[in-house]
Amino acid sequence: MLIGTGNKALSIHLSTDIAMKDSLFQDTFEEARKQKGIGQMNDQDDPIVMVLRHKDVRKCAFNWKGFKSEAKPGRIVVPSEVNIRDTRQIPFEIDPPNHTAYRKVLESWFKRPLQEEYKNSLSAIISELLDEQLKQEATEVISELSLPLQSKALTLLLNTSMEEAETWISWGVHVFRSEATALDKDKANILYDYIEKEIDRAIEKPGKDLYSVLLNTELEGRKLSREEVKGILVLTFAGGRDTVINFLTNSLSYFAEKPKMLDWLRKDPSIIGKATEELVRYFSPLTHIGRVSTSDTAVCGHEVKSDSRISLCWASANRDETVFENPNEVILDRKVNPHVAFGFSHHKCLGATHARQIMKEFLRILPRKVSKIEILEAEENIEEWGDFKRKVGFEKLNVKLYSQQG
Amino acid sequence: MAVINFITQEGEKISVEGTSGSIMELATSVGIAGLDGDCGGVCSCATCHVYVNETYRKIVGEAEKIEKEMLEFDELAKENSRLSCQIEISEKLDGIELIVARE
Repeated sequence: MLIGTGNKALSIHLSTDIAMKDSLFQDTFEEARKQKGIGQMNDQDDPIVMVLRHKDVRKCAFNWKGFKSEAKPGRIVVPSEVNIRDTRQIPFEIDPPNHTAYRKVLESWFKRPLQEEYKNSLSAIISELLDEQLKQEATEVISELSLPLQSKALTLLLNTSMEEAETWISWGVHVFRSEATALDKDKANILYDYIEKEIDRAIEKPGKDLYSVLLNTELEGRKLSREEVKGILVLTFAGGRDTVINFLTNSLSYFAEKPKMLDWLRKDPSIIGKATEELVRYFSPLTHIGRVSTSDTAVCGHEVKSDSRISLCWASANRDETVFENPNEVILDRKVNPHVAFGFSHHKCLGATHARQIMKEFLRILPRKVSKIEILEAEENIEEWGDFKRKVGFEKLNVKLYSQQG
Repeated sequence: MAVINFITQEGEKISVEGTSGSIMELATSVGIAGLDGDCGGVCSCATCHVYVNETYRKIVGEAEKIEKEMLEFDELAKENSRLSCQIEISEKLDGIELIVARE
């Protein structure tokens, strides 16, 4: 057992032959959600009231006037990034009415994943990666499958050369975190420097990529500034990285231990849409996100002071027993599933269309190519949020993939 | 079979024939503007919000609890709002007019 301290994620190494529960993601918030409806944690001396119930989470997310996103850049992220960045992530850290204007100019680009050509390119990336790993004796899922898949898929969203993915893969899973620390300014600067260079390149030689498109985008009669372009790109890089990686990796662990579910997807691909939503609910790759209270108020009967932080705990809301029947079970064809894994209301995830296409294509191709997944070694990634310890994914997941043909 | 009439925020009227499935599925299959159905119909995203014309409100019926709660947090919601993923196509809906809530 390896246990970290401080902000660093806690790692617990479980031998699969003892546990055989690598795909189990327990609901650590259950008792607090039922008893009090809130949790509390400190984060770099900027405490947070964690909102745990589904209805309260949605209510606070909807109430952007009472709980703002447009605070100091980095403050609504947990852990706070105020000490490692000044760039405002757009539109994530902007509130209406400006937020609405940004969303309006960005949405058509971020809906491109619905196009047939985009889906076909995504399908080719996934197929190639799985074919490559099916030839191997063992696969470390994060470094050899999920991270390359996420990075290569991102070239489609940015409409850049596939070669760029190699640079992003070399950065590792997190863009603001390193092995040594949960918040790493030097590592964040690698991303910022990269984006600055790409913006320079796009100014000098405009193309059809997102950098060039943003530099040429007009908002209320003026061009987006360099800082705005940077803010949109930082969000695009950071928002969908470990979240997508965790979804893919966790899904593989699930199908490894539930082979009948893989058979089901193979026999009835019509459930893929529902299965995607259910797995994203169950895994909730982003645990929570913050807001800053604009007045002295109360959440779930708990006092919240003006200019203090709350967090909208998507992971807890997605297991709320008053909303979801058998919330701790994966029901692949769950018909009504009002989950909040992609956020809720104005700030619902801008990259959700891209993420959903990756997930759906992955669930479509995986059962066609893979007959069985065997877990060889698993090292869990456990986040610590105050007294809550939550498994969000894996530090390492070694598997053997068996081909559908042989 | 039923003819479903969609009216977009641009004022364009698009008539589509459907036999089964949800109104949202029918709309996304022909690409009605403003009706995205991001979550595929599990009542998680409200991107398939429509207004039902008065004549058909009783036929379409009331929203269930989960759908009502979803609409409660949609600033575009009105009395005649429904999420089209929760409306099944049937012959009774032939001729219905649905105004798409979003652009």
